[in-house]
Amino acid sequence: MDKYIEMIRIRFLMMLAYRTNYYTGILIYSINIGAYYFLWKAIYGGKETIEGLSVLQMTTYVAVAWMARAFYFNNIDREMAMEIKEGKVAVELIRPYNYLTMKTMQGLGEGIFRLFFFSVPGMLIVSLIFPIRFSADIYTWALFSVSIVLSFLINTQINLLTGMTTFFLFNNTGLIRAKRVIIDLFSGLLLPLSFFSQGIQEVFKFLPFQGISYVPSMIFTNGFSFSETMQAIMLQGMWVLILIVPIQALWILAKKMLVIQGG
Amino acid sequence: MKNAIEVHGLRKEFKSYSSRSGLKGAFRDLFSRNYKVLRAVNDISFSVKQGEMVGYIGENGAGKSTTIKMLTGILTPSSGDVVVNGMNPHKEREAFVQTIGVVFGQRSQLWWDIAVQESFRLLKKVYKVSDEEYDRHMGHVIRTLDIEPLLDKPVRKLSLGQRMRCELAAALIHNPPLLFLDEPTIGLDVLVKLKIRDFLKEINEKYNTTILLTTHDLTDIEALCDRVVMLDEGNIIYDGALKNLKETWGEGKEVQFQFLERVELSALEKVTQELHVKWELEEKEQHFTAYTTDEANAVSDLIGAVISSFQIKDVKIMEVSTEEIIRKIYEKGEV
Ligand SMILES: Nc1ncnc2c1ncn2[C@@H]1O[C@H](COP(=O)(O)OP(=O)(O)OP(=O)(O)O)[C@@H](O)[C@H]1O
Ligand SMILES: [Mg+2]
Repeated sequence: MDKYIEMIRIRFLMMLAYRTNYYTGILIYSINIGAYYFLWKAIYGGKETIEGLSVLQMTTYVAVAWMARAFYFNNIDREMAMEIKEGKVAVELIRPYNYLTMKTMQGLGEGIFRLFFFSVPGMLIVSLIFPIRFSADIYTWALFSVSIVLSFLINTQINLLTGMTTFFLFNNTGLIRAKRVIIDLFSGLLLPLSFFSQGIQEVFKFLPFQGISYVPSMIFTNGFSFSETMQAIMLQGMWVLILIVPIQALWILAKKMLVIQGG
Repeated sequence: MKNAIEVHGLRKEFKSYSSRSGLKGAFRDLFSRNYKVLRAVNDISFSVKQGEMVGYIGENGAGKSTTIKMLTGILTPSSGDVVVNGMNPHKEREAFVQTIGVVFGQRSQLWWDIAVQESFRLLKKVYKVSDEEYDRHMGHVIRTLDIEPLLDKPVRKLSLGQRMRCELAAALIHNPPLLFLDEPTIGLDVLVKLKIRDFLKEINEKYNTTILLTTHDLTDIEALCDRVVMLDEGNIIYDGALKNLKETWGEGKEVQFQFLERVELSALEKVTQELHVKWELEEKEQHFTAYTTDEANAVSDLIGAVISSFQIKDVKIMEVSTEEIIRKIYEKGEV
């Protein structure tokens, strides 16, 4: 376990070395949130609520969805693709650790860094500019924390799966890009899932994506009842378990097929 | 003593796909692709005893790196048995890699953006090395390789030779009984090379570490290895002492001439046509090298014949170098 914690620390250090990148990041996220804020205000017009969400809840939803994204989002699929293409996995395979777990830990190190240097200051800035309501309820915060860790896990697992396709497809940049768009759209980052038509919502119930953004954001905005919250978190946990299966299968297959590039 | 490495009938085949030409070809490629099977390693068998230092040599593309990748568990063999440190590298990967150290000369194993000591610290945790062990063993390694001043620099700021010393130290953090080195001295200056060689000799003596080493620098092999395994197109063509190879192949003498005036190669060939001599010209320096037999008077006959016809500036009599021997073998493709 020690080694995995050490890896989180190392990744944190690496991010710290390049921290200036993040100041511009906060700005970009704030602009995004601002744009959605004005968009939603226009859509709401005079209406009190749409699909059960008030304007205030909607802005909070948008802000928290983006800030949560900073935590769960990572580029380990692209990193894996590069490591596989350049033959660097060879080095990973001569280490006594599990490559996929290590990659997850690197993602976590990155996530924790962004949480402290990006999400928290970003949220403060955004809350000064736009009306956002933070819940005073400690349970909401606790449930939100659990939920966002599960978001991280689901998103990372999907990244691992996408990253591993490099073993089979070799050039999967298109796939990686498509995956990113699908997650942003189907996870409820751009649009709360309750805004989709009933039929589509039914389909979403059978996909892991809502566990990435919609669930934690709804919990944070108190858009779920308690039982809905519990159910949603259970569903997230279930997806984490389910996704382990294809990951392990693909990994075993990949190791067998593995061809290392370069001398 | 138990063998560190045992290999039986090891084979690795790569499928390489070739694309058909043109649009029509590309379209057909979508459905069925042409591929050739390339046998990089062809049913080789050998074993290495604990504490041996073995040089694994062969031309570019002979299959050396491919073998090492299979021995370290990175690649799955197409067929054959591999037992290294009593384990199957591929099946028991995590336990197995704990017992080996690997350096790939062409590929860094340290983390690029962080200081060397941070990489060491991570590896120390990864290999579960205790603080005392680390201080005792690595303290010595760091001193011997003289990398103390490099420890707080990020890897991307190191020169090749500096980095390579750090890579070697990193491969030894857990003091493994078996070390694989794939071209560890590539691109290094003479001093660093010597330092690395001395260091390898030292750990071999001190810990009885087994070392399997590939290199294109035969002086590395001469300095370190009693035994060489030579590979050609995936087949082992020689496995034995370097000394024997020299004795059987090092026949003949080499005499190098420089002349005061300009001399044609054909003229030299003409005056020595009675003797068994092969001439070679090194254009830039105008060195003429004659290869002759081991017979007692061969050298004196040769020099006599040359002196009587040309004015000589310098003569050197040399033994055939290992490099020359290996070159001959590579050209012939068998021992
Ligand atoms: N990933 C791969 N896909 C297809 N063929 C490969 C692959 N890797 C190596 N080969 C082929 O296998 C053969 C052996 O390669 P290998 O890298 O083992 O050579 P080597 O002996 O290490 O050579 P060098 O001295 O140049 O490092 C070569 O013909 C090479 O083209
Ligand atoms: Mg090689």
